[in-house]
Amino acid sequence: MRNATGPSPLLTAVLLAPGALWFLGLLVLPLGVVIVFSFGERAAVGGYQAAFVLDNYLNLPARWTAFKNTLVLAPIGTVVCLIAAYPLAYFLAVKARPETRTALLILVIVPFWTSFLIRTYAWMFILGGRGLPSLIEWAGLGEVRFINTPFAVLLGIVYAYLPLMIFPIYVSLEKLDKRLLEASEDLGASPWRGFMQVTLPLSAPGAVTACMLVFILLMGEYLIPQLLGGGKVFFIGNALVDLFLQSRNWPFGSAVAVSLVVIMLATVSVYMRFAGRIGGARDVSLV
Amino acid sequence: MRGYAALIYVFLYAPILLIVVFSFNSGFSASDFKGVSFKWYAKAATNTFVIDAVVNSLIVAASSATLATVFGTMAALALQRVKGWVRTVFDGLIYVAIMVPGIVIGISTLIALVSVFGLLNTALVALIPALAGPEPPLALGFASLIAAHTLFNLALVIVIVRARIAGMDRSLIEASADLYATPWRTFRQVTLPQILPAVLAGFLLGFTFSLDDFVIAFFVAGSKTTLPIFVFSSIRRGVTPEINAIGTVVLAVSLILLFGSQLLLRRGHGRPRRA
Repeated sequence: MRNATGPSPLLTAVLLAPGALWFLGLLVLPLGVVIVFSFGERAAVGGYQAAFVLDNYLNLPARWTAFKNTLVLAPIGTVVCLIAAYPLAYFLAVKARPETRTALLILVIVPFWTSFLIRTYAWMFILGGRGLPSLIEWAGLGEVRFINTPFAVLLGIVYAYLPLMIFPIYVSLEKLDKRLLEASEDLGASPWRGFMQVTLPLSAPGAVTACMLVFILLMGEYLIPQLLGGGKVFFIGNALVDLFLQSRNWPFGSAVAVSLVVIMLATVSVYMRFAGRIGGARDVSLV
Repeated sequence: MRGYAALIYVFLYAPILLIVVFSFNSGFSASDFKGVSFKWYAKAATNTFVIDAVVNSLIVAASSATLATVFGTMAALALQRVKGWVRTVFDGLIYVAIMVPGIVIGISTLIALVSVFGLLNTALVALIPALAGPEPPLALGFASLIAAHTLFNLALVIVIVRARIAGMDRSLIEASADLYATPWRTFRQVTLPQILPAVLAGFLLGFTFSLDDFVIAFFVAGSKTTLPIFVFSSIRRGVTPEINAIGTVVLAVSLILLFGSQLLLRRGHGRPRRA
């Protein structure tokens, strides 16, 4: 392999400089500031006053409800998504006719790239007072309320993240060597046993990736609990908005933000170790 | 199985369709379907707040997608040859930029910029007294919004363009060098045409992200209003059919951008690569 076309170190540096500056100024610096602020004190008028105290971290239980809601609803949402997504991914990869497969797959992905806010708003419209409840009342079936319940938040979560769950599972099922299933059938295994012992384990890496993606995004969720939980079912994201924009307690907010990222990283690394053992998912990557 | 699949598709599309249908409803609520009209579209199109928000969103999306595409492509081209710690650091930063929740990026950018601006404003006013006034010389606004969106788009573009470079035919570049083309000419005539679909797709996806982002913009926009911020604050005041009309237009625009980017990613490449 010749390397005559390789650029000079200077050219490489020039090419990398703007990107490096951006990452430094708008990622490393802000995250560093949050870590520093999380050990500070709240100034009398709000904002930050330099100090080195652990009070903000010791005070975290004050926002226990937000942590609890996030740590309960994010895993439940992930599991419900997985259960809802798997059969469809299986259908697309194994049962769907090749001519229609691509179109059906595009139809799954399209909602994920369309406006998140508008899609969540759609459920607010459906579940809210002028939507489904007004129709139910109009039909004389009594008064019901969907919005601002954990159910509404969970529904919004499944709706928003289902496409993201389906895609990686589909990819792993599609790569599956169909001859393995034939071999299992030839050896006298029932279709169910073939599915349990061949298909399911081989699609595990895809499912592991998909669950991790959805879980990470759910941990930082703000809009769904805000719009469909209406301040009653709130996540850590909602607590952060409250702390930074309403009570302007930056140091405490920073401590909550740092904790969120730490919990996320810890959960993901534990999960990857565990999932790596059951799924053999060594090459799972985010992008 | 087929029935279940149909059910999931209904679940995915029914809410979107409802928004579209009710955006044409002249009545005020779901149980109040009075007939087809464009009155909510007309109302949205003549609302100066909506027009203002749309213009702001387009300015921010176009600027951040352009900056990210140029800088991201440059970085992707350099990163293909770089090894060692530079590459490890860049990979780590890209990973962090994509993985850290938008809300944490939003608040950390807010407090970092407010703190830095606070220090700089004091210094600037001390140095140039003419800058003193009711408005500080540096404040959150277009620049901070564009800069924050560019960060995420940068990571997005680098990932997409790098995937394309990895699948590129290297022998053409070597052939071009053998034929005494300058590196710049090789880039323009060999490399760029090959990576162009990925570069354009990165631009469109970045544009879509910026147009749709609420969480980051909410914190760093200062007094500026983007369309998602406008929609969010109107939703908080109550659900109105006008939002349905705006939502329908937003959905249509993001669909067009999405199909554009997918078409570009497919060109010459067997299957779409998704970030």
